[in-house]
Amino acid sequence: MVRLEGVGLQYGRAGRPGTDALRDLTFVVEEGGFRWLLGASGAGKSSLLRLMHLAVRPTRGRLNVLGTEVGRASRRDLPDLRRRIGMVFQDFRLLPHLSAFDNVALPLRIAGRPEGQIRADVTEMLRWVGLARQMDSRPAELSGGEQQRVAIARAVVGRPSLLLADEPTGNLDDVQAERLMVLLKEMNRQGATVIVASHNETLVARHPGRSLRLEHGRLVHHG
Amino acid sequence: MASRRSLRPARFDDLGLRRALGDRMLPALVAAMAFLAALALAGSAGAAAMVRHWQDGAAAALTVQVTNPTEPLPRTGDGPEVTRLDQALTLLRSTQGIVGVRALTQAELAELLRPWLGDSSGSTALPLPGVIQVHLGGAGPDLAALQARMEAAVPGTLVESHGAWVQRLAVLARSLQACAWLALAVVAAVAAAVIMVATRAGLSARRDSIEIVHGLGATDGYIAGRFARRATLLAGVGGLLGALASVPVLLALASLAAPFVSATAEVAVPAAADMANSVQLMAQTLRTLPPELWLGLPALPVAAGLIGLLTAQATVRSWLKRLP
Repeated sequence: MVRLEGVGLQYGRAGRPGTDALRDLTFVVEEGGFRWLLGASGAGKSSLLRLMHLAVRPTRGRLNVLGTEVGRASRRDLPDLRRRIGMVFQDFRLLPHLSAFDNVALPLRIAGRPEGQIRADVTEMLRWVGLARQMDSRPAELSGGEQQRVAIARAVVGRPSLLLADEPTGNLDDVQAERLMVLLKEMNRQGATVIVASHNETLVARHPGRSLRLEHGRLVHHG
Repeated sequence: MASRRSLRPARFDDLGLRRALGDRMLPALVAAMAFLAALALAGSAGAAAMVRHWQDGAAAALTVQVTNPTEPLPRTGDGPEVTRLDQALTLLRSTQGIVGVRALTQAELAELLRPWLGDSSGSTALPLPGVIQVHLGGAGPDLAALQARMEAAVPGTLVESHGAWVQRLAVLARSLQACAWLALAVVAAVAAAVIMVATRAGLSARRDSIEIVHGLGATDGYIAGRFARRATLLAGVGGLLGALASVPVLLALASLAAPFVSATAEVAVPAAADMANSVQLMAQTLRTLPPELWLGLPALPVAAGLIGLLTAQATVRSWLKRLP
């Protein structure tokens, strides 16, 4: 569950007024809900995802993610909350010196899962995204689409309660994009809240669902 | 098999610190610091040993000077004529707390004065006093009472304790020791600064990786622990190398200083000619190092590792505060 009340986000150095990336956002995505996050480039989609991923804290308003008031939570409470959130970044953000296997295993190792379970889950996940044979490849040895699939595998391997994705199909062909949508819907069906930012109007049209539309940092449509 | 490598979490280097905190520069710098620390430790231990040696020697000895030693004392009754020196010796021998009394011969006295009066083969123009070396046992006699009794029996006798000299030498040695400890503290501070700079460099080299791991829910403790583990290893290795490098230097210094500290070590130098006894000589040389140094040297790598651990933890944790 994600709830925003009058949330604003301003980037800028301390003491200087910065530019408003997001203004006065108020909406609720219920537990187990699905939302497309739509809007032109620069509308604030990535900023909103960063907020919900706890990479930044709101400058104004109240943000509640998975039952925790982010503005009031202490810094020490956030790592546990972050482990319940999966995020697929537009630029993948894989660790370049680790193999595909180790990149996907990373969230499980951070969470301190037993190594036997990690091996089983990661192998299964990589097989599912079609990278069983590239497990030991480093990101630089993988194509853009393969890197994106590693990033997706890393985001979902820990079975997050909230799954955020920033243009997750940007580097995928239609077949892979369809497989990804099946995966996201399956996660959603199992109870995860899923929010997907996308430009891809045909994909959105093929998988109709509720959406949030941003323009210049404001929410202009929620339906 | 390659996949087996990726499944070994003990060597799992998620932040790529094996390259970001390299294994050359940091251990080399810490080794240099540990070497200096070993020298400072040796200085401190050496000064302490000298204080002990002087105090043990001097606290157990007195010098008594008797002017005109061969002059007879005025006779009392029918007894034989007694010289002033003999009377002083008799009195000292009968004093409780004195275990040994020996008058220096004229030759010994001349030898003592040779640096100032030249080689006069025992005859000088100056009237020399009689000098008595007194060895004390246990708590020793009451010096003021002894002086008073000597003065009454043999007027013009001086009882001199070595305490004042030893006190001054001890103060000198203690200040040397304080300097050594100060040097040790400065070395530790510089080592911490070196580790902090290296850790900061590692942090900025791995900023992206740290942000990614942080975003995946890693706690500050997890990230700081990765850095601290690496810094502890590198600093510990550096400390070990520095301590090992200092051993031959310290042994050389110890054999130079040995005559000032212990009587047994003087034997070590002539024994050097006898190669058959080289093992014994080695053992003897090793024994010339003060025992506290044998505790201090192994403590250096441990201390270096500890400085690495604490510095890296503090540096990384304070840096991480910039992340939400």
